[in-house]
Amino acid sequence: MAISKVFSSPDDAVADIFDGATVMIGGFGSFGGLPVNLIVALANQGAKRLTIIANAGGVSFELSKRIKPEGYQDIGILFEKGQVKKFIGSMPALGGMPPTSPLERLHNEGKVQIEMVPQGTLAERIRSGAGGLGGFYTTVGVGTVVDAGKEKKIINGKEYILELPLTADFALIKAHKADNLGNLVYRGTARCFNPVMAMAAKITIAEVDMRVETGELDPEVIITPHVYVSRVVEVA
Amino acid sequence: MKIHLDEQTIALRAAKEFEDGSTINLGYGMPVLCANFIPEDRRIFFQSENGVLGYSGLATDEEKDFELINASDQPITPAPGMCFFDSAASFDMIRGGHIDTVVLGAYQVSERGDLANWGRPGRPATGMGGGMDLAVGARKVIVTMLHSTKDGKARIVKNCTYPLTARHCVSMIFTDIAVMQITPKGILLKEVAPGWTAEEIQVLTEPRLIITSDLKEIEL
Repeated sequence: MAISKVFSSPDDAVADIFDGATVMIGGFGSFGGLPVNLIVALANQGAKRLTIIANAGGVSFELSKRIKPEGYQDIGILFEKGQVKKFIGSMPALGGMPPTSPLERLHNEGKVQIEMVPQGTLAERIRSGAGGLGGFYTTVGVGTVVDAGKEKKIINGKEYILELPLTADFALIKAHKADNLGNLVYRGTARCFNPVMAMAAKITIAEVDMRVETGELDPEVIITPHVYVSRVVEVA
Repeated sequence: MKIHLDEQTIALRAAKEFEDGSTINLGYGMPVLCANFIPEDRRIFFQSENGVLGYSGLATDEEKDFELINASDQPITPAPGMCFFDSAASFDMIRGGHIDTVVLGAYQVSERGDLANWGRPGRPATGMGGGMDLAVGARKVIVTMLHSTKDGKARIVKNCTYPLTARHCVSMIFTDIAVMQITPKGILLKEVAPGWTAEEIQVLTEPRLIITSDLKEIEL
């Protein structure tokens, strides 16, 4: 059986993302680890009423020029195009930026719902979903807005809250190299949320800097085993 | 003349607290400036929650690599022994008590050490990022902040009115005019900026300060 998960373009790789899907998007902030080509392909593809699970909500292209003179594209484009009904993440908007990111604007207009999750709790909820667990107890968020409505439990004299797992229909992630089976390695701090999201979706789509033949990656350094990866796209 | 320390100088003073061999996370804004002010005789391991331990400092423009950045999206430079890991592993490290010190910014700190550093009126979409995890998980929480708001209101308060990051977590506060320690009895004023008296600091601080017997001018 010849196995290849290699897709020829980001557009082909995201073609079946459907209206109402839950989509995890890897990365961290605005650079390094964001699957930018898949994000732009999803924006062009036009799926609507999406639930996006990502660390940060991004900025618009115009706003991005305040950070990088030439500007850049990030998750903000999906809000700008009105494709999202709900965002789950730790940094929907940045306090240090003007309140004009597409997500912040749409949220203030009541058009996009936000579920605010502390960053470590976000990573762990995704890992719980990936590993088939029913959630976990954490001290993070106790005594803050985060603990509203959550089950509380005293463990070894400390107050904890119950956090529930997160999974998705699709995960869009970025890695450095993939082989044809979909084994992945990352580069530098571009790893961030990508490995854990890769494990938590029904269909994981990876954009990579470089595709190599199966057998070329050292098994000792593979971070994401191929069983988690459905599609691979090499981007220039 | 009363001196207000600038952000670089506040960061420089806070960095003097870093113990040799310790693992330290620097928050968004003023705290990240600490990376460039490590006393020469000390080895510090900087952890950043996006998944790196042991970077050297902030990179210059020529060195920029956007796959080597800190959690504030700033390029950093490698140091020997640097390692990478994913977000889940990074927060195991943070929640599990493996970070010695975190430096965070703040909108408000209460006299019991409650921290409010992520949300403010009129901005319901701004998030806490990793602030809650760090405030709960790090062994020691240091705050760098301006002592008063732009319109002169106290930021060091009896009770935080901004959304909380975590309760009872802050141990030291470094501002443009003072160095303070949170103690079980209240806030201890330890150092003042050049030209300031303890009474003048008190006027700009909501809770009653305890003045240390050996009050000093901030040493840099």
